[in-house]
Amino acid sequence: MAVGPGAVAVTQYFNEMYQGGKVRPPYARLEDWMKAMPAELRTLKQAEAEDLFRRIGITFAVYGEGGDPDRLIPFDMFPRVFTGAEWARLEKGIKQRARALNAFLVDVYQRGEIVRAGRVPSRLVYQNEAYEKAVAGIRPPKGVYSHIVGIDIVRTGPDEFFVLEDNCRTPSGVSYMLENREIMMRMFPDLFRENRIEPVEKYPEILRRTLASVAPEKCSGEPVVVLLTPGHFNSAYYEHSFLADLMGIELVEGQDLFVEGEFVWMRTTEGPKKVDVIYRRIDDAFIDPLCFRPDSMLGVPGLMDVYRSGGVTICSAPGAGVADDKAVYTFVPEMIRFYLGEEPILQNVPTWQCGKADDLRYVLDNLSELVVKEVHGSGGYGMLVGPKSTKDEVAAFRGKILADPGNYIAQPTLSLSTTPTFVAEGVAPRHVDLRPYCLVGERIELVPGALTRVALKEGSLVVNSSQGGGVKDTWVLAE
Amino acid sequence: MLSRTADNLYWIARYMERAETAARLLEVGSRIALLPSAAGYRNEWDSLLQASGNADAFGRKYGDPVQRNIESFLFFDHDNPSSVASCITTARENGRIVRTALTAQVWDALNTAFQELRQLERKPRSELELSRLTEWTMRHAAMVRGAIEATLLRNDGWDFLNLGYGLERADNTARLMDVKYYVLLPRVEFVGSGLDNYQWTTLLRAMSAHRAFHWAYGGEVTAAKIAHFLILNTQCPRSLITCVEGISTHLDRLSKAYGATTDAQAQARAMLLALRETKVDDIFDEGLHDFLSRFIRETAALGSVVHDTYLSGDMR
Repeated sequence: MAVGPGAVAVTQYFNEMYQGGKVRPPYARLEDWMKAMPAELRTLKQAEAEDLFRRIGITFAVYGEGGDPDRLIPFDMFPRVFTGAEWARLEKGIKQRARALNAFLVDVYQRGEIVRAGRVPSRLVYQNEAYEKAVAGIRPPKGVYSHIVGIDIVRTGPDEFFVLEDNCRTPSGVSYMLENREIMMRMFPDLFRENRIEPVEKYPEILRRTLASVAPEKCSGEPVVVLLTPGHFNSAYYEHSFLADLMGIELVEGQDLFVEGEFVWMRTTEGPKKVDVIYRRIDDAFIDPLCFRPDSMLGVPGLMDVYRSGGVTICSAPGAGVADDKAVYTFVPEMIRFYLGEEPILQNVPTWQCGKADDLRYVLDNLSELVVKEVHGSGGYGMLVGPKSTKDEVAAFRGKILADPGNYIAQPTLSLSTTPTFVAEGVAPRHVDLRPYCLVGERIELVPGALTRVALKEGSLVVNSSQGGGVKDTWVLAE
Repeated sequence: MLSRTADNLYWIARYMERAETAARLLEVGSRIALLPSAAGYRNEWDSLLQASGNADAFGRKYGDPVQRNIESFLFFDHDNPSSVASCITTARENGRIVRTALTAQVWDALNTAFQELRQLERKPRSELELSRLTEWTMRHAAMVRGAIEATLLRNDGWDFLNLGYGLERADNTARLMDVKYYVLLPRVEFVGSGLDNYQWTTLLRAMSAHRAFHWAYGGEVTAAKIAHFLILNTQCPRSLITCVEGISTHLDRLSKAYGATTDAQAQARAMLLALRETKVDDIFDEGLHDFLSRFIRETAALGSVVHDTYLSGDMR
C-alpha cells in the first residue's frame, strides 16, 4: 500500500462522526459546539472537569502499579452519540444475551440439558475452574445467577457490532457512566437543551429494585439489601460507596455481617438486623471462608449454608463466572439458539479453535492477519498480534501453536471504531469500546447509556484505564 | 446504622479533637518555656509529655526533651498515634471509609486538612514556626467541626460524632490542666506567686479562653477561679461540665431515637449530677491532680461503655 500509516487509519476504521466527509446525523449539533470552542476555553473546561472529579472523589487505583492511590481516570469531554434506532437494536441484543447467559447458568447447575444435547462440550463446563460444585442443584430466586451483566462491545461499521466478552460476576465502572453524565450536564447545560438525550440517572433506582425483586421467599416485608465490599483499600471502593449511597443501602464489609440460625445479620448500633439480599463486590473465592478459601478475611463464615437453605440471596450468585469464561464465550450464540430459539442479534467475534483441524489450517495460513491467544491466558500475555509482529515472531509463534494446538484460539484483528476526542492538538479520532450494564431480576432492564472507554494514545486499540485509557459520556438520542 | 460506621464517625471526631489538643499542648509548652528558667524546676517540656501520657514513647525514640524533638513528636511523627499528623491522617481515612455518612462539605474539610498536611510535611522545618503549626491545626479542626455543625443531618451519626468530640475533649481538658500539676509539683512554695499566675494564664491562652475568662471573672487570676472556669462553668465551651453535659445530651438523643436506655446513659447522668454538686473547695480538698485523675478514669470508663453498647456490634 502506497500510503502512510495516518491515511490508513482514516480510511480503515469506522469514524462514528464523519462518513465520506459528511457529519453523521447523531453528531450534527456537536460539530458547531466543537468549532465554537476556542482552545483556551477547552483547557479551562478540562481543568474544571478534573477539579469536579477530584472534589467528588472519583479516583481509580490500579492494583500493583503503586503510585498515587488517588489518581484520576482521564475524562474526555467529547461525547459519544448513538441514535435511538441504533440503541434500540443494541438493547435488544444485550437483553437477549443476558437472558441466554442466565438460562445457561440455571441449566448447567441443574440438569445440564445443553451439555446432554451435545451443544456445549461437557469438559468446558464441568472441568471449568469457575464451575462451582458447591452450588450445583441450587436454583436462585427468579432463576437469576447474574443480576448485573456487563457486555463489552466494539463497533466496526454503521451496523456492525461485536461482543468482545461477557462479565457475569461483578462488572465495575458504572459509577463513571453516572458521573460522566453529571459532569457534562453541569459544564455544558446548553448541549443538553439542544440535544434530546435520554437520561441515565435512574440506574441506581432500577438496580435497587432489581436486587429487591430477587429477595428469598423466606423474606417477608420490605427486603433489606446491602452492598458487600472488600473494604476501603479496594481500587473500586469509590464505586461501592457511590452506589450504596445512591441506592440508600448499607455498605458493609465481611466483619459487619454474621450468621446465626438460618439467616445473615448485620451489626448495627441498635443490635442485629436481618439481611435479605447481598450485592457482593467480592469474588466467589472470598465470600465464605468455611466453604471456599479458608484464609479469606473478607467474607462471612457460614454464608453459603444460609444461601443454600434459601435464607439470603447473593448477587451475582456464586458460580456465575462459568458463563463468562473465554472458552465458553464461543458458545453464547449456541445458548441463544438453544434456550431462546432466537438468532443472536449481536455477533461474537469470529473465533477459530486451533484444536479443530480445519480451523488450525486456516489460522496457520493467515497468521500475519490474526490475533492468537491462549485459551486461559489474560492480560495480553502469551498472545500474538499478527499485523504488528515481525516475520520471525510469527514463525516462532507458529511453532508454539503446532506444539499444543488445543491451547490456542485465533480472532481477526478488529478495526475498532473511532470517535472525535480532545487531544493536545485539537480534536482527533481515537478508538473506543462500549460497556452497557444490563440488570436482570424479575424483569430485564437497561438504561439508555453505557460506559465508553477510549484509547487516548494515537493508533492504540487498548482502552483499559490501566494502560492509558480514558472515559467519555455516552448519549442515546431520544427519537 | 452500622456499628462500624458509627465507630468511624466517633473516631473522626476523637482524632480531630486530639490533633487540636496536641497543638494546644505545644502552645502551652512553648509559652511556659519562654519564662526565665528557674533552677530546680522539672524541665517544662517534660511536663508536657507527662501530661499527654506518652513520655515513655518519646524517651525511647528521642531521648532529651528539647523543643525541636517535641515538635517532631507531637506534630509530625507518624509513629506517635497522637501526633497532629497521625490524627489528621487517620481522621481523613475514617472519613473516606464512611463517605456516604458525611456531607460533601465535611469530607472537603477533612480532605483539605489532609492535603495541606502533606504539603507541610514536604517543607523544610526551618520554614515552619511553631505558632504557625498550632494555628494551622486549630483552623482545620474548626473547619471540620463547623462543617459538621452547619451541614450534617441531625441523625444518630451526628450524635456519634458529638459523643466522640465530647469524650475526647473532656479527657483532653483534664490533661491540659494537669500539665500545671507536673510543672509545679517540685516546689510547692510557688503556689500563688507571680510565676504561678503566669502559668495559669498561659494555660488559659492555650485553650483560647484567656479573654473569655476575664469577661467572666475579672480581677486577679487565681487557681480557684481557673478551676471553676475550666471544670464547673457551663459557659466555658471546654469545661469538664460542658463536655459531660454534651455527652449526656447526645446519649439521651440516642436512647430516644432507638427506644432503649443503656448503662451509658446512666453513667453519663451520674457524672453530670456529681459535677453539678461539686464546689471548687471540694476539688482542692481532694487535690486538683487527684480530682483530674479520677475524672480521666471515669471518662475512659464511659468511653468503653459507649463502645461496648453501640460501636462494637456485639449488642444483642
